[in-house]
Amino acid sequence: MIKSNSGIRKTDVINRRMFIIGAAKVVVFVGIVARLFSLQINENKKYLTLSDKNRIREWKLPPTRGNIVDYFGNVIAGNLKVYQLHIIPEQVENFNYLLVRLKNLLDLSDKRIARINKLKSELKPWDSIIVSENLSWSQFVKINNYLYDLVGVKPVMTISRNYPFNDVYTHVLGYVSQPNEKEILENETIQERFVPGMKIGKLGLEKRLENHLIGTNAIQRYEVNAYGKRINQLEHQKGEQGSKIRLTVDTEIQKACGELLNQKAGSISVMDIYTGDIIAMYSSPSYNPNLFLFGISQDEWQLIRNNPLKPLINKTLSGLYSPGSTIKPIVALSALENKVIDTKFKVKCTGKMELYGQTFHCWKEKGHGWVSLKNAMKQSCDTYFYEVARLLGVDRLNITAEKFGLGKKVLGDYFDNEKKGLFPNTAWKKNNLGKGWVLGETLITGIGQGYIQSTPLQLCMMTAQIANGGFAVKPKIIVDSNPISYEDAKQSMESGLLFDTDSEELLDKKLFKNQKNIKIVQEAMFASTNERFGTSYKSRIDDPKYQFAGKTGTAQVKRISKRERELDLELEQIPYKDRDHALYVAYGPYVNPRYALSIIVEHGGSGSKAAAPIAKKLFKLIIDRHDLRNKQSNFERITI
Amino acid sequence: MFQHDRLSNEFTLFQKIKSLDYILLISVILLSALSVFVMYSTDGGEILFHTKNHFVKLAVFFPLMIFVAFFNIKFWHNFSYIIYLIVILLLIYVSFFGIKSSGSQRWMDLYLFVLQPSELMKVAIIMCLAKYFHRIKIENVNSFTSITIVLSIIIIPIIFVISQPDLGTSILIALSGLIILWLGGMKIKYFIYSFITFLISLPFIISFLKPYQKLRILTFLDPDRDPLGAGYQIIQSKIAIGSGGLNGKGFLKGTQSYLDFLPEKHTDFIFTLFSEEFGFIGSVGLLILYSIIIFRIVRIGTISRSNFARLFCFGYAFAIFIYIVVNLSMVLGLLPIVGSPLPIMSYGGSSMLATMIGFGIVLSAKINHKQIIA
Repeated sequence: MIKSNSGIRKTDVINRRMFIIGAAKVVVFVGIVARLFSLQINENKKYLTLSDKNRIREWKLPPTRGNIVDYFGNVIAGNLKVYQLHIIPEQVENFNYLLVRLKNLLDLSDKRIARINKLKSELKPWDSIIVSENLSWSQFVKINNYLYDLVGVKPVMTISRNYPFNDVYTHVLGYVSQPNEKEILENETIQERFVPGMKIGKLGLEKRLENHLIGTNAIQRYEVNAYGKRINQLEHQKGEQGSKIRLTVDTEIQKACGELLNQKAGSISVMDIYTGDIIAMYSSPSYNPNLFLFGISQDEWQLIRNNPLKPLINKTLSGLYSPGSTIKPIVALSALENKVIDTKFKVKCTGKMELYGQTFHCWKEKGHGWVSLKNAMKQSCDTYFYEVARLLGVDRLNITAEKFGLGKKVLGDYFDNEKKGLFPNTAWKKNNLGKGWVLGETLITGIGQGYIQSTPLQLCMMTAQIANGGFAVKPKIIVDSNPISYEDAKQSMESGLLFDTDSEELLDKKLFKNQKNIKIVQEAMFASTNERFGTSYKSRIDDPKYQFAGKTGTAQVKRISKRERELDLELEQIPYKDRDHALYVAYGPYVNPRYALSIIVEHGGSGSKAAAPIAKKLFKLIIDRHDLRNKQSNFERITI
Repeated sequence: MFQHDRLSNEFTLFQKIKSLDYILLISVILLSALSVFVMYSTDGGEILFHTKNHFVKLAVFFPLMIFVAFFNIKFWHNFSYIIYLIVILLLIYVSFFGIKSSGSQRWMDLYLFVLQPSELMKVAIIMCLAKYFHRIKIENVNSFTSITIVLSIIIIPIIFVISQPDLGTSILIALSGLIILWLGGMKIKYFIYSFITFLISLPFIISFLKPYQKLRILTFLDPDRDPLGAGYQIIQSKIAIGSGGLNGKGFLKGTQSYLDFLPEKHTDFIFTLFSEEFGFIGSVGLLILYSIIIFRIVRIGTISRSNFARLFCFGYAFAIFIYIVVNLSMVLGLLPIVGSPLPIMSYGGSSMLATMIGFGIVLSAKINHKQIIA
């Protein structure tokens, strides 16, 4: 057998075939090395990135909102350090014991405890649960004292929105609160920067300027394991605070407006007649926006919601009122411009006017006798304006009124709750009500009643444009990057051209055909406030520094029946809901005017008694602050 | 040095130790040492369960290898069939009384450790077939009877292993068996025919696969179809290896591994961890170490006088090669995922036991390379 043929042949076969296998092995190993080379050398970068993507996770922290400041740089929407309490479940030894301890220390409600337990079951054990969003300092201290006994509890300091002036700016600024799903989906910036606990603007400028105010997230990079647990922190990238925004408003005046309208429903707007800067814009009553930051309680919410004076409505922008007699300057101007009347034109007021069997009453039952434009405006004679409106016609009146900003939004798209109001004409009635215009409707439009509806801010702008000599202003509440100074605005206006900072063009903003007519109306308004028998004569200021011109208005909220007219009830005898709205528009100082305002006191009775006295108190303050304001005009440039 | 007619069982212990193959021995020691370090890394840089156990197994099985080597190759030749039969019996035992774990029944409890007989079969089938082809006349290799016998030898254990179920080990057993058939002189056309038949019947075979096995094939073809599910392992493995780069991330610094992104890092995916931490250079180094081992085994086969020793060495060298190739191809995304450990490196007692026994027999063949077996 040894070295037999068969054995040798077999050995040969085995060796030969082994050689083939050996060659195959080399090929395969080379293949594997090639694969290793391709993964580790050629595609190394790609896989390194993927590996980093695996192990590094970013945690976004809520961004810090930009401050909003008033014209003088006072922070009116800022940020405040708040103390929060977090629990990290995986670090807690005895969860129930901890909850009992916290319940005692912080007076947590059973509902809150249940919520924490629910969160615990939903979140990963290393995700922190927010027990309290806003601890008081004493609570924070208490927790820190007992920290040794509260394993797994983490007191955290974070930043929250804060409105230092509480309710003063609510209707201008709005407020911030937790976003709902829809709000996150609608705004890409919010979607990108959203983190739980972040708050967004819900209303007002906070909402409108969200993308400027929001700021960027601070980012913390952690190394995490396959289950998402943080192993260690790699780096911290600071976020940028949102843009600072400077408003044109003056907190002192805004505050004064709030005090003047205390306990009343109404609105005050103050505007620079040349630059269009809104100095104050207050809607009363207001509410405290700080209540919404950490979720308003049901009780507080019901209190605001059910207040009969309707604090939730921004009356300055969305309150629609009949302008009443405050429209008369526009009616007079329109008639003068259309040469329907002149200063010598007179009407005899007998206390009422008959037209097609309908009686139109003047507010003064006995009548004013023969009145000219000046006297009619001064005493607010309705009969005169019935007659003027009749001669003028509603369509011509409408053209003038719309020129002066009635029936159009004043601040454009800055506030989504702004209403545009209505100034009717014959075409409007045909298109919207399907009926022909009736002459009687022209008459009542002439005294600011009927279909006509305007917002307090529209009336303010209307007055401003009369006050500045009949030039269009562009109202604004945000100081833009290139603020035009008061003098420049005035100068360019008086040269008949207005520099538009948006389009950077000089535009012809003349609203009149003959500036004399504006002067006539101004004089009539002056008389109304500063001459005997003027409707707001009692509210005048004789010092020329503060002297102002204005026009009262009393808007009926319901038709006055014959019986009521005869009764001539005192204000207190009429149910609140049926009382007239008191209005007043004014500008001052009369020589070199600077500011215009409009005041509305809902159900306040007559304009001369309820609204004009407010203007007297306000004008002193407004004009006293003028020099200060002038000095501030260019102190800071902010681009938005 | 040795006389022709001297029988190896007459060697003194000293002579036996002296004639061990030291290159192979040193390579195995190096590999073992390396495997302990890698295991230490899988434990996150601490001496924990896996490191300890792996070390203990090495400490037991390495002397066992030497012990096996000291038996004459003739002894292993004589007991080949019996060993094969014993392992078959163990497989039968396991299929009735085995321990179940994650859906398959592969293990038997030996109190000291849990044995997986299918791993032993990887070596036993080589022994059995080597003996068969050693004894059969070359003229009869392609006879109907012998083909029937050798195919039965291969198919019987595979039936048991595949029913456990354990596709990976069955494939490795089948390949280990087939290589002996090839080396033993079976006609090449048979291999070609059966390969063609295999290709044709592949769709039918696939239809018989278990759903999870089908899923593995689908995942192999497109790992991104379910990146967090079935494709997760292979994607993470490729990321780990690819991110290792030329030099690797450094010992104990494999982020994929210590942050738990790597699945099965102790066993089938041990190479992934190694490659992440030691990079391309380390991986090629490891392949070179394995190549040296394989080359040494082949070399011992070539100097062996008996065809049994020769067939066993060649067969075993090929088996080691196949284990490495299947494992590496799997973790590199070249093959679908089939459970197959990397010899010595992977955690797992039975696999290490079988590998060490195999090395032992190879060393015995070296000591007794002049031994003639009738």
